[in-house]
Amino acid sequence: MNHFPEAWGRPRNDVYGAYDHSYLQTSGPKAHTSSPAVTGTSVVGVKFNGGVAIATDNLASYGSLARFSDVKRLRNFGDKAMVGFGGDVSDMQYLDRLLDSMDIKENYSHHGNMLNAKNLHTYLAKVFYKRRSEFNPLWNHVLVAGFDGQGEPFLSSADLLGTTFSAPHLATGFGAHLAVPILRRKFPEGTPLEQVSKEDAVEALKECLKVLFYRDARSADKYSIAVITKDGIDLKEDEQIQGQSWAFAERIRGYGAQTA
Amino acid sequence: MTSLMGNHSGTIGYSFSEPTSANVKQHSFYPYTDNGGSTLGITGADFAILAGDTRSTSGYNINSRMVPKVFKIGGDDETGEGANIILSVVGFAADGNALKEKLDTMVRMYKYQHGKSMSVGACAQRLSTILYEKRFFPYYVHAILAGLDEEGVGALYSYDPVGSYEREQCRAAGAASSLIMPFLDNQVNSKNQYIPGSGEGHALVPKKAEPLDKETATKLVKDAFTSAVERHIEVGDGLQLVIVTREGIEEVFHALKQD
Repeated sequence: MNHFPEAWGRPRNDVYGAYDHSYLQTSGPKAHTSSPAVTGTSVVGVKFNGGVAIATDNLASYGSLARFSDVKRLRNFGDKAMVGFGGDVSDMQYLDRLLDSMDIKENYSHHGNMLNAKNLHTYLAKVFYKRRSEFNPLWNHVLVAGFDGQGEPFLSSADLLGTTFSAPHLATGFGAHLAVPILRRKFPEGTPLEQVSKEDAVEALKECLKVLFYRDARSADKYSIAVITKDGIDLKEDEQIQGQSWAFAERIRGYGAQTA
Repeated sequence: MTSLMGNHSGTIGYSFSEPTSANVKQHSFYPYTDNGGSTLGITGADFAILAGDTRSTSGYNINSRMVPKVFKIGGDDETGEGANIILSVVGFAADGNALKEKLDTMVRMYKYQHGKSMSVGACAQRLSTILYEKRFFPYYVHAILAGLDEEGVGALYSYDPVGSYEREQCRAAGAASSLIMPFLDNQVNSKNQYIPGSGEGHALVPKKAEPLDKETATKLVKDAFTSAVERHIEVGDGLQLVIVTREGIEEVFHALKQD
């Protein structure tokens, strides 16, 4: 056995040859992200009477390859807020570490962590905007869910350019095309939040995820869903889309090999 | 025929664009986007109005139906209470927000340091400088600044993205500016209006532009937006109207078509 710990876990030089350090570029120009690599698809979120529900599937794709099928794209910020990440997964992990360290630092401070979802969203949007202004973007589109300073349900979006907007229901990526129309039909804009129950909101999100699974080729049927209320965050991370019916596929014409 | 059959070996034979060779693919990051929407400002003898629709778009998607574009500058808190200057920004919303925050902070710092509110004229010059500072990586926005000048007369300044500015009676900016501005030229500045029966052909006497009253100006704003909504897909959902008078700042929202 090799007694030098720095060699442990390395391919053995006597078997594989010495490591070729030329692969590790230590000089030369520093490359910025100019396109995402491992990506997550849509995030969907809805406000309801007394809280917010948010959901993503558990897939991380590498181009068109379904590469990692158990990646949790809903991340918590303490017990205050949830962030749903779409886009680059490594940038998501970086941001998650950033938010965790901020949460820990806040909790150690004398006033405790008083940052709510609205503060968190402002912070994230500024991080995105700063990075895009440096031409070194964090390639994500996120939804932030929780409560604002007045204790009202809060749901807002931020993307790699630093663009922000808020609405009673939001979705990123493919969901902006497929899920938002479903949600706008179910809960027409102008509907008072008091008329949207938690159960309706969760049911609507599940419906959206199902439609997305049917039509978004970069999606999966394993998903995570978080319900944020005054009582805390109820996060379920190993859910499965129920009641799938592929009967409609029989009637699709115009693709594939069939001639009629 | 030579142009079709000749030396264009790379393009001949394709009805679609040229095939890409391996090292042509370069997807570079573009730091701007257009969030649509339109803004408009009108001034009178004792008031200034800034208005904007509340739709936010990206491409053919509506991001949200309620994203205001007009902001109070130099207020005492985040509600904007105590402000006497207003700013509208349209174009790239993230840049618009950053610009608003920066100007707001500066106007507030001025108040803390000098113990008096900044004049609209001074604020207008400062905004121009802020925009020009980023001459080679501009804020992609059309800004309009409004308030009352030292005489209490409505003041309105309009900007291009790199800080050129001008005081005007009225200005439309954003997606539907090309639809609204000619309407304003005609209705506010009385362009192409003549006094009936004052002469024949070119001898007709042009109508003099006169300052509007607040009610007429408000009506013109509403008409301009209801018309713009009909013809521009990026404009709609809601109309935010912010009016500065000697009494303070009044803000109202009206519905626009959501289609």
